[in-house]
Amino acid sequence: MSILGTRVVRTEDPQFLTRGAVYTDDLTDERLTGALHATFVRSQVAHAKILSVDTEAAKQAPGVVAVYTAADLTDLPPLAPPFPFIAAEFERQWLCTDTVRFVGDAIAVVLTEERYQGEDAAEQVVVDLDVLPAVVGTANAAKDETILFPAAGTNVLAAFGEPAPADFFDGCEVVVEQAVVNQRVAPVPLETRATSAVWGEDGRVTVWCTNQGAQQAKGQIAEWLGLDASLVHLITPDVGGGFGAKIGADPEYALVAHLAKLSGRPVRWTESRSENLTTMLHGRGQDQVVKIGGTRDGKVLAYSLVTDQDGGAYPRIGVVLPTLTMLMTPGTYAFPKVHAQARALATNTTPIGAYRGAGRPEATAAVERAMDLFAAEIGMDPAQVRRINLVPKFDEPHTTLMGATYDSGDYVAALDKALEASGYAELRAEQQARRERGDARQLGIGISTYVEITGADNGAGTGEEAELEVHPDGTATVLTGTSPHGQGHATTWAMLASDQLGIPVEKITVLHGDTDRIPKGGGTMGSRSLQQGGAAVHQAAVELVEVAKKRAAERLEANPDDLIVDLGSASLQVKGTPGVSVSFAELAAEEALMVQTTFTAAAATFPFGAHVAVVETDVESGKATVVRIVTVDDAGTIINPLLAEGQRHGGIAQGVAQALLEEVLYDEDGNPQTSTLADYPFISATELPSFELVEMATPTPMNPLGAKGIGEAGTIGSTPAVQSAVIDSVAHLGVRHVDMPATSMRVWKAVQAAQAGAQHQNGSTN
Amino acid sequence: MQVSMTVNGQQRTDEVEPRMLLAHHLRDNLGLTATNIGCDSTSCGACTVIVDGLSVKSCTVLALQAEGSQVTTLEGLAGEDGELHPVQAAFQSEHGLQCGFCTSGMVMASVGVLAANPNPTDREVREGLEGNLCRCTGYHNIVQAVLKAAEAGPVAGQVPQTQEVSA
Ligand code: FES
Ligand code: FES
Repeated sequence: MSILGTRVVRTEDPQFLTRGAVYTDDLTDERLTGALHATFVRSQVAHAKILSVDTEAAKQAPGVVAVYTAADLTDLPPLAPPFPFIAAEFERQWLCTDTVRFVGDAIAVVLTEERYQGEDAAEQVVVDLDVLPAVVGTANAAKDETILFPAAGTNVLAAFGEPAPADFFDGCEVVVEQAVVNQRVAPVPLETRATSAVWGEDGRVTVWCTNQGAQQAKGQIAEWLGLDASLVHLITPDVGGGFGAKIGADPEYALVAHLAKLSGRPVRWTESRSENLTTMLHGRGQDQVVKIGGTRDGKVLAYSLVTDQDGGAYPRIGVVLPTLTMLMTPGTYAFPKVHAQARALATNTTPIGAYRGAGRPEATAAVERAMDLFAAEIGMDPAQVRRINLVPKFDEPHTTLMGATYDSGDYVAALDKALEASGYAELRAEQQARRERGDARQLGIGISTYVEITGADNGAGTGEEAELEVHPDGTATVLTGTSPHGQGHATTWAMLASDQLGIPVEKITVLHGDTDRIPKGGGTMGSRSLQQGGAAVHQAAVELVEVAKKRAAERLEANPDDLIVDLGSASLQVKGTPGVSVSFAELAAEEALMVQTTFTAAAATFPFGAHVAVVETDVESGKATVVRIVTVDDAGTIINPLLAEGQRHGGIAQGVAQALLEEVLYDEDGNPQTSTLADYPFISATELPSFELVEMATPTPMNPLGAKGIGEAGTIGSTPAVQSAVIDSVAHLGVRHVDMPATSMRVWKAVQAAQAGAQHQNGSTN
Repeated sequence: MQVSMTVNGQQRTDEVEPRMLLAHHLRDNLGLTATNIGCDSTSCGACTVIVDGLSVKSCTVLALQAEGSQVTTLEGLAGEDGELHPVQAAFQSEHGLQCGFCTSGMVMASVGVLAANPNPTDREVREGLEGNLCRCTGYHNIVQAVLKAAEAGPVAGQVPQTQEVSA
């Protein structure tokens, strides 16, 4: 029996569970002996002119070795916008020169001998500011009354698509429109950002930092600092979660490397959680308008999604998120007409980047909300409306009106499985009974169906490399360009090699995240790793067997075609003559047995699924509690179900968190209101039930494993299901819409307003 | 100032600044980096260790306050022969960790939960771990791991130094 598809426990766990992983702040590399600690001096004001920065007192503080401001960095070019279609005027300074644009914008850096001295000294830096009006929220930004980058002349960072034609909804019996907020959330990997850097006598800099792909981070740092890429050696230690927010490098990492050069000493930086919550990229942050039209018997004829993306103070990945949202606008549905348009705007808030799902959850949340509103308007069960409009099962790729080519899917089956596993009919009966009794705790049932794009960079045909070497002692080493930070690649990649070679998983070491040893790699993001990096390891193992067969054939005086792998003994043997064999280890002892290969997937893959969430809402207080979540998440062939389930669990929880609890808040002056974990309502164990996972696996033809991505699916499906369940729990009281997070206060207000006879067509329940 | 404490069964005496947190003392002075720091508001529990039989967040305690105490960190939890503690073993078998950053604190807090309640329900485990945050696992498999560890009996709520542990 193949090891693939079995629940192999992680080989990385024993160390993690006895000595702990080694994160960037844990490093004891001798090159970092005597390292200075960097502490950033950051703006406490969202938008202001800088009148002066006085570092004199700080320089005299205990332990201070140096204090740097923008004036010390004139040899570094400013940070250009990350995409060529963004106007060059939206550039960022390493340290602010004349303007601060969000609370947390970096003004100075203090280097101290010891960690605690940095905070003391940073407080001694005196910054004199002339406060400007702050732009908070996309609606304000769009007015262009206050402009963050006056040279650009507008707050619009980028615009995509055209308005819908005037006759777009002609012929619809019913049209529903709703403003929907997909709120800004904080990724909050439990490990905050951290880096260390040291320059060698050879003129090269070694940078350790927490990230999701060493090669990309290295490339960025080299480019930003104007260094030849060969001069940067980037090492990714163990990483305590990323969720998209650790893609690439952040300017802080490059700046710390630069300051190590200026100071002539190794430098380390580990941010505090409050610094993390105000300065690490946030996610989501879309204000959407959905409009949906169709017939009274449930057929949707036209759907439009218009999005304003909050980009934050400086353009980062957030600017392009709405393009993914647009691509996935129709989701699982076969709408005859689809329209999408978006723009991204600069505001005086933390810049926005990728967060688990990155653009796709926003598309799913929008279309699922629209489907529920449409169902409510025509008085049809939301499951039935979905069934009527889903793209039917397809085996040949299906291209949508937005130009996405879905590889394989059976959305109706996914929905039916989820409904059946949840006991949908019984749930509706129970709901009805509670409504009739007027129970204090009402039941809400939310359904979502989703399809998302994973391994989207497949389209670019970049490919992913893998190297596999068998050693004479019977062990093997895999080098990969993916970058695990919780996903368990050390185990799964070993399974993929073991599956071909028979070398036990415990004897296979998987290495990643060292750009000197592994110069090329795409990292881990966008649910790409298994379908690209894993597929590359599989391919390397297949090729290694071929190489070994040729060599074994000579040694055994046999025809290579007559040789088969005996997995039990990790050897090649002559078919039908088990006594005549040679092990991979023996072949490696003769001559290095190693394969390096590149796998290029045919195209992106489109995992899909359906979620049913059940909530109980206390109608008096508005507090909704998730009591059940049933999920079907079809990610094609599953290599390690134990780890795939873990990905689903984590994703589901983050979706529930967004639907019910989490939101980054600013006051109207741009002051963050959620800058510690005491204020930011990070979801805890008590706010979640255990999850009910249903299996479904529709392989993709895009890679030999048949695998699609699983990292983000849980979040994409659960967010709208839970939001919908909360709304459903009070729908009988007249509530049609509640924005996320559906907090007690929001739900309570929605119920009050509905009972007072107010209309909720505009969705504004704040 | 000088501070002495027994850490994972070993007597340790060091110079510390009066304001130094126990979490930083363990990490920076004693090199016990399994204990992690995930927040600055005593919210995340990544720093949880066992001090004199109680699971505590080591970022809420000054090193000086642990004078004379028995401290157990994740590094001191496995048996002398390296045999995993039932909670450690269950975290592996149930896949109760992903990135691992919460894990040290989560494991130590779980020992505390099981000391106080050797046979907890799903809900009781969740309530016991409310002060420990995890971003990766959705808590599902952490809860499964604690329930699994409970099957090992009272030893799951004990640390090797045979201290009494309570939540
Ligand atoms: S670091 Fe101690 S509770 Fe977060
Ligand atoms: S395993 Fe990553 S925070 Fe818990």
